[in-house]
Amino acid sequence: MENIVTQIQGVPLNHYLIFCSIMFAIGVTGVLIRRNVIIIMMSIELMLNAVNLLLAAFSAYRGDPTGQVFVFFIMALAAAEVAVGLAIIIMVYRNTKSVDIESLSKLRW
Amino acid sequence: MSELIWLIPLIPFIGFVVNGLMGNRAPKAITAIIGCGVVLASFVLSLFVYFEVAAARETGASGEIYVHLFDWFTVGKLQVALSFLADPLSAIMLLIITGVGFLIHLYSCSYMAGDAGFGKFFAYLNLFIFFMTILVLGSNYLVMFIGWEGVGLCSYLLIGFWFKNASYASAAKKAFVMNRIGDLGFLIAMFFILETFGSLEYGTVFAEATNMPMGSSTLLVITLLLFVAATGKSAQIPLFTWLPDAMAGPTPVSALIHAATMVTAGIYMVVRSNILFTLSPVTMEVMAVVGLATALLAAFIAITQTDIKKVLAYSTVSQLGYMFLGLGVGAFTGAFFHVLTHAFFKALLFLGAGSVIHAMRDEQDMRQMGGLRKALPITFITMFIGTIAISGIPPFAGFFSKDEILAHAFQHQPVLWVVGLLTALCTAFYMFRLLYLTFFGRFRGTETQKQHLHESPWQMTLPLIVLAALSVVGGFINIPEALGGHHSLAAFLAPIFEAGSMHVDALTLSHSTEYLLMGVSAGGALIMAFVAYNRYVRKETRPTADTDASNGLHKLSYRKLYVDEFYDALVVQPLKKLSVGFYKYVDRLGIDGFVNGIGNFFIGAGKGIRQWQSGYVGFYMMMMVVSVIAILLYAVFSI
Repeated sequence: MENIVTQIQGVPLNHYLIFCSIMFAIGVTGVLIRRNVIIIMMSIELMLNAVNLLLAAFSAYRGDPTGQVFVFFIMALAAAEVAVGLAIIIMVYRNTKSVDIESLSKLRW
Repeated sequence: MSELIWLIPLIPFIGFVVNGLMGNRAPKAITAIIGCGVVLASFVLSLFVYFEVAAARETGASGEIYVHLFDWFTVGKLQVALSFLADPLSAIMLLIITGVGFLIHLYSCSYMAGDAGFGKFFAYLNLFIFFMTILVLGSNYLVMFIGWEGVGLCSYLLIGFWFKNASYASAAKKAFVMNRIGDLGFLIAMFFILETFGSLEYGTVFAEATNMPMGSSTLLVITLLLFVAATGKSAQIPLFTWLPDAMAGPTPVSALIHAATMVTAGIYMVVRSNILFTLSPVTMEVMAVVGLATALLAAFIAITQTDIKKVLAYSTVSQLGYMFLGLGVGAFTGAFFHVLTHAFFKALLFLGAGSVIHAMRDEQDMRQMGGLRKALPITFITMFIGTIAISGIPPFAGFFSKDEILAHAFQHQPVLWVVGLLTALCTAFYMFRLLYLTFFGRFRGTETQKQHLHESPWQMTLPLIVLAALSVVGGFINIPEALGGHHSLAAFLAPIFEAGSMHVDALTLSHSTEYLLMGVSAGGALIMAFVAYNRYVRKETRPTADTDASNGLHKLSYRKLYVDEFYDALVVQPLKKLSVGFYKYVDRLGIDGFVNGIGNFFIGAGKGIRQWQSGYVGFYMMMMVVSVIAILLYAVFSI
């Protein structure tokens, strides 16, 4: 354990911050510009994992394990979310024969 | 006995409830028996009350029977009890109401026999008797007001009895509205009385009033307001126009409510409060002048009317005017005496007219009648007696009461007497005109009507005969000293007027002057009877058709002085225009505009804002991200 922490601390915190920000921005961009629902789901996962990484980094630097506990919770939650999300996508596909996000505009005025 | 006085109004009320609930389900015979029976029972009880009061008067007591039923309500210093007071005044009124009322109920059994609303009719009549007895029995103004409003309601219901006819229904509304104007006066007067005397009980109010100074302005206001109330109920100028229209109701109703009893409520009220009136001479003068003007005006209109009931209606207005003249000149006994005799002969005349109308198959136009005296002998004789009585020819009832009023008027102000005499002459003329046109000459109706002519059954002729007998002898109860009498009625009523009598001039005319006055009026009446005979029987003049009124004065009279048209232009039309204006501008533009404006605003706002709800998920996400960034920036920069 001590070993891992030391290893993480070997990289400067700023690098983590910049890397995670870039990853998160890529995720956001993916959500915004892609129309395929599956890709959007993947982009969301990307954003989640960017946050996870950041939590782990902060946790290591501050010597406080709470952040890592959080990461585990988020991973469990993300798994559930993906399961539900994929189920929804399958249902949408069955109904509309498409995974295009624009096909979900039936409730529009 | 006197503890059971509350049965007098209660029994007719039970009749009302029973008849009203049964409607037309019960056989007509049962309805009629209940309807007449309850009034007869009240009459018998009233007789007992009368004898008790009379016995007390014999011994010199005031004869007041005060029955306190229960305390109605207490608010602040206002304490109102439901209590009854029988004294000489209300005892006589009770006899008139229940006695004449019973005869008219009996008459109605036959008159209304063919009507679909038989049960309803008797229910209403019973209700009327209930309210009228409450009115005269109440021992305070509020109880009187209950009756006052109630009889107005019954009047409305009975005028509009055949409500499917639109003009009858509007006549009922007219009567009700006009009465309401008067009632407002009564109500405000009660507030003033309460404020001034702290009570509505007659006893307290009148006792306190004797301490008030002569001509006190408070009393002036109270009495003027009470007089306004009386003009509404008793059909005086300016509120008299409802009474002629009230003839839309069935004839027995006209006889009972619009001739004998209800319309005299105003006079009863003034007589009851005589002490208040004697202390405000201005009101007395107003009352005399208004009464006289009404009497003359109504008599003038009656001369040319062709509807038999309209003539009698205007005659009623005119006689009521006489009574107010009497009240105004301080002849309280005379006015009340006239109420009594008028109840007899006017009920008689109306019932006689009803008998004629019945025989003529609901024809009311005198131009279609004529020569009925052979077909309807009993009706003719009784109506002849009634005509003599109302014309003031001795020794019938009307002569004594009318002359007492005229004598007082002469002593008060000879001009009043002259106008009063003129009115009396008109009265004699139009009443004999009615008689001649109806019963003399040739028959002018259609052939079917001629076939149908018949004398009425006993239920209708019996009341006629009884009332005719009363019209003959009714005057003898108050023969003046000049004719060797004792003014028995005046003596009987003395306790009522005791407090006020010191402010009223007693009749001080010498006997010779009285003889002269009587001679002039009786002679004048006879001459007018002859003039009418000459015109309508010997020359066989027929009233002209509606369109052809020969000269201006005739037309003025025939068109009822255009009073209705005047009121229409003065009150009804402006009110209508105002209402239309309110409807158009306040209601439609103001209120509707405001309410609809709020609705339209939100509809418009919704239309604008829903553009955001585009349905594009990408757009929503975009907004979400932009918002998150905005919040973030805000959080960063606001620190």
